[in-house]
Amino acid sequence: MRLYLKFLSMHVKSQMQYKVSFFLTLLGEFSASFAALLGVWFMFLRFHEVEGFTFQQILVCLGTILMSSSLAECFGRSFDRFPQMISNGQFDRILVRPRNEILLVLWSEVDFSRFGRLIQAVIVLSYALFTCGIGWTWLKVVTLLLMIGGGTVVFFCLLLVYAGISFFTIEGLEFMNILTHGGREFGRYPYAIYGDRVLKFLTFVVPLALVQYYPLLYLLDLETSFMYMLSPLGGVLFAPPAYGFWRFGLRRYTSTGS
Amino acid sequence: MIQLQNISKTFRIAKRQAGLGRAVKALFSRDYETVHALRDVSFTIGPGEMVGYIGPNGAGKSTTIKIMCGILTPSSGTCLIHGRIPWQDRLRHVSEIGVVFGQRSQLWWDVPVCDSFELLREVYRVDAKEFRRNLDELVPLLDLSEVLKTPTRSLSLGQRMRCELAASLLHSPQILFLDEPTIGLDAVSKIAVRQFVRKLNQERGTTVILTTHDMQDIEALTRRIILLGKGRILFDGPLDDLKKRFPGAKTITLEYRGNAPSILPGVEILDSRDGRLVLKVQPTRGLVSDLIAHIASQVQILDLSVAGASAEEMVAALYKEYAI
Repeated sequence: MRLYLKFLSMHVKSQMQYKVSFFLTLLGEFSASFAALLGVWFMFLRFHEVEGFTFQQILVCLGTILMSSSLAECFGRSFDRFPQMISNGQFDRILVRPRNEILLVLWSEVDFSRFGRLIQAVIVLSYALFTCGIGWTWLKVVTLLLMIGGGTVVFFCLLLVYAGISFFTIEGLEFMNILTHGGREFGRYPYAIYGDRVLKFLTFVVPLALVQYYPLLYLLDLETSFMYMLSPLGGVLFAPPAYGFWRFGLRRYTSTGS
Repeated sequence: MIQLQNISKTFRIAKRQAGLGRAVKALFSRDYETVHALRDVSFTIGPGEMVGYIGPNGAGKSTTIKIMCGILTPSSGTCLIHGRIPWQDRLRHVSEIGVVFGQRSQLWWDVPVCDSFELLREVYRVDAKEFRRNLDELVPLLDLSEVLKTPTRSLSLGQRMRCELAASLLHSPQILFLDEPTIGLDAVSKIAVRQFVRKLNQERGTTVILTTHDMQDIEALTRRIILLGKGRILFDGPLDDLKKRFPGAKTITLEYRGNAPSILPGVEILDSRDGRLVLKVQPTRGLVSDLIAHIASQVQILDLSVAGASAEEMVAALYKEYAI
């Protein structure tokens, strides 16, 4: 933990060398995710509800997904850049350090500009939570926290898998973006609206629905079973296979020329 | 103690062909080519030894270094360093080695060098006293006092390399891997780096394994060399043995006063200008001394030098001999 703070302070020092650039990207990230919000808003100007969900209810959905994906990206940003780290030899350097390689990869880059999205997520979520008319109980507060926490884990694991694939090939990784960026963009609406097959896929293969759709039903009193409340915990089950995949890739690591 | 036994490493590389049509085809079926980066490499390096690991580009030098560092897993063979298998016990292994990749920096680009050092101290869990002691020793030796507060990006290459060396030694490693440490450096910096490495080896007894293309590095630093070509060890032994194997021609340069002297048969004139003569002699019994005596009887010799084949020439000859 102390080491992490050390790394963090190094990043702050580095980024503060380029202050203007930092604030501009922060602003850019903020407005980029603002577009997502506008998209939903325009939609509702016409339709008033999507599959029975109101605007505010959709915003709860959007807020939690935005929150968990930007949290995951804030800290897992370097996985996105992992193919480059392999090709420029930075990863070799990491492997000769006596610390866990995943942590070192994570810490090698912290993207503060994602805070722009995080701020957005906080604003959207707080607006939605106060206006969507949820009857709050302690259990629902726990559910919400589980949604955000579980969502962060799932998005983080997706990034880990993305990085793990780069051990085998560093080309054609874009298809993973369907899951990472796609998961976030489609996550604006409850996953169930995309049909039964998508929902099944997102339940059993990539458990994004476990942290979004099912607990949302609980929050909105559409389901009362504890299963729905606790389903984000199921999302955590995604972590061991994701980590296993990374370890498998690491053993097959072939590095790059001199 | 470093022991490598029958280490082999093969890579499977997807063949790529030129042309759009073939590139599209490659999306669906790929031909793989097996590349033998290392074949049956075995050697032992004792503690405190300084070894030059040389070979042309693509011979497998970096692959060997990466295996010894625990970065790569070999396809077959065993490697024991301090009784550990590097890639299986990586975290403990790497805390005892230092690695300098000449072409890649380990320092943080935008922050002062001392901050990078401080971070490394934390990464390697070096206690404050040991860190202080190492720094007090390394800073004057590498002449770093003035650059410690400078961000890496504004250092010259020579300054940076000296910082890299210091950064790799902060945790007092017993083995130091230097991968092309003098690449791109000017003469002064090269000499500084060499002197430092020699001192390190003598005073701390650090085992040094050096890969380089600069034969002067090798001549200045190592007595033993391991020559690698196409993934095989071609020569392992003292540099002097290699020299004996390749006596090569001697070059005699002399300055004289008087008319151009005659020379003996079997001697080749490389250059002859007013008062300066460069000769190439095949070193057969006593020819060199006969030749000098012969010339001295004709003219007054002002200056004379005899040079054997340089390590550079020898290695080039070796590469040629093994067709690599």
